[in-house]
Amino acid sequence: MDLVRPLPHPITPEARPYWEGARDGKLMVPKCRACGKPFMYPRVMCPHCGARDVTWIQASGRGKLFSFEIAHQILNKAFKVKTPVVLAMVELDEGPRLLTNLVNVTPDPTALHCDMPVEVVFEKLTDEISLPMFQPAGSGGAR
Amino acid sequence: MSGLARLKELSNSVCIVGVDESDEIGTLPNKSQLTLHVEAVSNAVRDAGLRMSDVDGVFTAGQHSPATIAEALGVIPRYVDGTTVGGCSFIIMVGHAMVALHHGLCDVAVVSHGESGRSGVGVSPRRDTALPGQYEMPYGFGGAPTYFGLITTRHMHEYGTTLEQWAQVAVSTRAWAGLNPKAKNREPITVEDVLKSRPVVWPFNVLNICLVTDGGGAVVLTRADRAKDCAKKPVYVRGAGEGAEHVMVTQMRTLTFSEATRLSGEKAFTMAGVTPKDFDHVMLYDAFTSGPPIMLESLGLCKPGEGVHFFAPGRSTPGGTLPINTNGGGLSYTHTGMYGIFPIIESVRQLRGECGARQVPNTKLSLVNGMGGMLSAAGTLVLANDT
Repeated sequence: MDLVRPLPHPITPEARPYWEGARDGKLMVPKCRACGKPFMYPRVMCPHCGARDVTWIQASGRGKLFSFEIAHQILNKAFKVKTPVVLAMVELDEGPRLLTNLVNVTPDPTALHCDMPVEVVFEKLTDEISLPMFQPAGSGGAR
Repeated sequence: MSGLARLKELSNSVCIVGVDESDEIGTLPNKSQLTLHVEAVSNAVRDAGLRMSDVDGVFTAGQHSPATIAEALGVIPRYVDGTTVGGCSFIIMVGHAMVALHHGLCDVAVVSHGESGRSGVGVSPRRDTALPGQYEMPYGFGGAPTYFGLITTRHMHEYGTTLEQWAQVAVSTRAWAGLNPKAKNREPITVEDVLKSRPVVWPFNVLNICLVTDGGGAVVLTRADRAKDCAKKPVYVRGAGEGAEHVMVTQMRTLTFSEATRLSGEKAFTMAGVTPKDFDHVMLYDAFTSGPPIMLESLGLCKPGEGVHFFAPGRSTPGGTLPINTNGGGLSYTHTGMYGIFPIIESVRQLRGECGARQVPNTKLSLVNGMGGMLSAAGTLVLANDT
């Protein structure tokens, strides 16, 4: 099957729990044991307090649409999803922000607004890789 | 000696004595990136009334190391700097050159830029995708508009900024380009033209986004005592500052505000002994129409959310109360990819009074501010035509 998206690359050792979680339908994020704050992207030191005591938690998968764009063209030739596509920044209820796509919506700026509640939904690319995406909260069902 | 006293000691210690672009800028399929460097440095050294053999400090950012540039120029520098933190690197390097010159680590410094951004001649692949490749590119992110649009949308949400207000930045900048013979796009445009131009990544249409061109630029600096013997009236570096907050937009503390920009301005203004309100000419890195207003907010020239008001007719425009981006900017004059050398060149020319139809009368104190990446790193200069 031809992939419609570039696979995440390179997957780094410190991020393996993130991608293994996504494969299993779980949104895993690193959390500092010293200051208690979750963060993204995965790294071996807490960016908030500098402690080297990092664990992982399963995030609720809920958050808000912190910001968004409607892409009418994508420069990366390996990205073949039909445009327009909603490029999004989501702020998880746990705090960290990540970039993603907003799916199961009309790609129209008048239909979307910052801070609208969203929930995670996973898109399987390969047996090993599923991507966390987000949809309006309460949309229900897997993609 | 206190930190503040050390900072003040740097103020006015060095001057910009030479500036120029490469022989041509625009679409140059017959010139390599290295040629653009060499042309720009050669022209700027001549502008200063110096010889290439006087150059003993080489500063550059981008694909080529300062050693490569020095070799191409035929000089053996005793000071090199290759700080590469995005398009503002050249602005930051003026500050680095100031420190090196002040302490006698070199005597004549050149900051060189050359980029075949449009034609890709003599270019090697360079993008660092270690983190974006893992967390961003699978979603279609990649290319500056896909990141800066997020900052822009959130600004509209928090402050009620409108597409019409962003468009006014492009209109004002194009009006200046009309007065600059070297500018690529010189025909006047209206707010409606911007709003009806081709959609790229909402909230950006094509006229909200900078050009993609080929070109080079260079700046020559020396200590103030030696500057008096150069060919042109010296331009004093009264203040310089830099900052670097993040690389990925998800890591910004506040998505609508640049902490790097704030830090760079604070340091430059303190060194110079000026306030954000003192400038009579301003150059800002305009990769996108939303950039300059957010930079003005981050520098403290106005409150967050109020930056767009600077671009109303009669303010930033020709004849206005605070001229901004008088070369026509990255939006309409040129944008090679790492644009930061060009606002310095324009600021120096304005302070020398060399700008012809676009000359701002009685320019005495000019602000240069640029970003690297997505407001990620920043450099600020306070430039003046006397001490």
